[in-house]
Amino acid sequence: MIGAFVIAFREVIEAGLIISIVLAATRGIPGRMRWVLLGVAGGLGGAALVALFAERISDAFEGSGQDLLNAAVLIVAVLLLIWHNTWMSKHGREMAGELRAAGEAVRSGQREAAALAIVVGAAILREGAELVLFLYGLVASGTSGADIQFGALAGVGTGVLLSAVSYLGLASIPARYVFTVTSVLITFLAAGLASQAAQFLANAGVVDILGHTVWNSSGLIAENSWTGRVLHALVGYTDRPTALQLAIYIATIVVMVVLMQWASADKRRAVRTA
Amino acid sequence: MIARFAAAALLSLSAGAAARADDMPVIKVEMRDGVILPALIEVPANTRFKLEIANTGQSPVEFESLELKREKALAAGSTSGIVFRTLDPGSYDVFDDFHPEAKAKLVAK
Repeated sequence: MIGAFVIAFREVIEAGLIISIVLAATRGIPGRMRWVLLGVAGGLGGAALVALFAERISDAFEGSGQDLLNAAVLIVAVLLLIWHNTWMSKHGREMAGELRAAGEAVRSGQREAAALAIVVGAAILREGAELVLFLYGLVASGTSGADIQFGALAGVGTGVLLSAVSYLGLASIPARYVFTVTSVLITFLAAGLASQAAQFLANAGVVDILGHTVWNSSGLIAENSWTGRVLHALVGYTDRPTALQLAIYIATIVVMVVLMQWASADKRRAVRTA
Repeated sequence: MIARFAAAALLSLSAGAAARADDMPVIKVEMRDGVILPALIEVPANTRFKLEIANTGQSPVEFESLELKREKALAAGSTSGIVFRTLDPGSYDVFDDFHPEAKAKLVAK
């Protein structure tokens, strides 16, 4: 029972942390809950489909199907997170300053919420397929005992609860700072997802450079320890990064910082000339 | 433009892979409710091969290796493969992420 609890909890938390950051980052956008719920529903539906067709996806492209699908999902999420942070450095102050009724901000706010709903969906699709396989195997097949089924469901519940707590923690940050905090979190989140995408492309044989391992910190923080798993979900920690992963990680951060600087400078110019 | 590039990349990838599919060695691994068989998985180094993983147990499993940066979840009764492009000689730890007590070693020579 404990085993099933831990596994279900772990899988839920990995997607749950991403969702709580996204929720905090969209604070003040009217109607965002609808978008986020749409993202959750789409992600779960997608995860169920991926689990259902797991074998066929795997066999596609001569055994690279799963890697290519994972890479594609992650790349979409990364691009939308980059766009989000760029948009936020232009409109974040309006959002924080309760000026959200200003027509243009509301309209682009809807696009913004839709984009982040897709990120939520992607996070659930990516992490959820494994969870669906696990839960379906335990709960629906009827071959395991009631205590194991209870453990798995309790794990899901606890994971959702802890995700909610981490969202409430982020949401309690004063409005003036919350978007600064979420921008930093999202920058590292996107960098982590980008480096994972790079590894999937390397596994699929699409990228064939910089494959050597740069360091091994598994003795310090093992990737499958609790600390390692949380850091993996939040900032993309991996205990044996390849040179490719490291390069993509740094490049993503640089691109995001440059775009955010550019957008906020653009905003200041617009304010001066107005 | 990006979509067309991606489609072309995928197409050439699958075409290239299909041509080489026949001569790719297949190494079979069995996973059964917390047991990985064989405990010492021998694979060829520096060449393409396919690890064919069969879940013959009653519960779902997830083949995983942090050193190899690979993972694959399998429902009870299903079989699936992981294709390795090339692997340096050495010994790599693998485990079942859904049955943490299940461990094995993959040795490439």
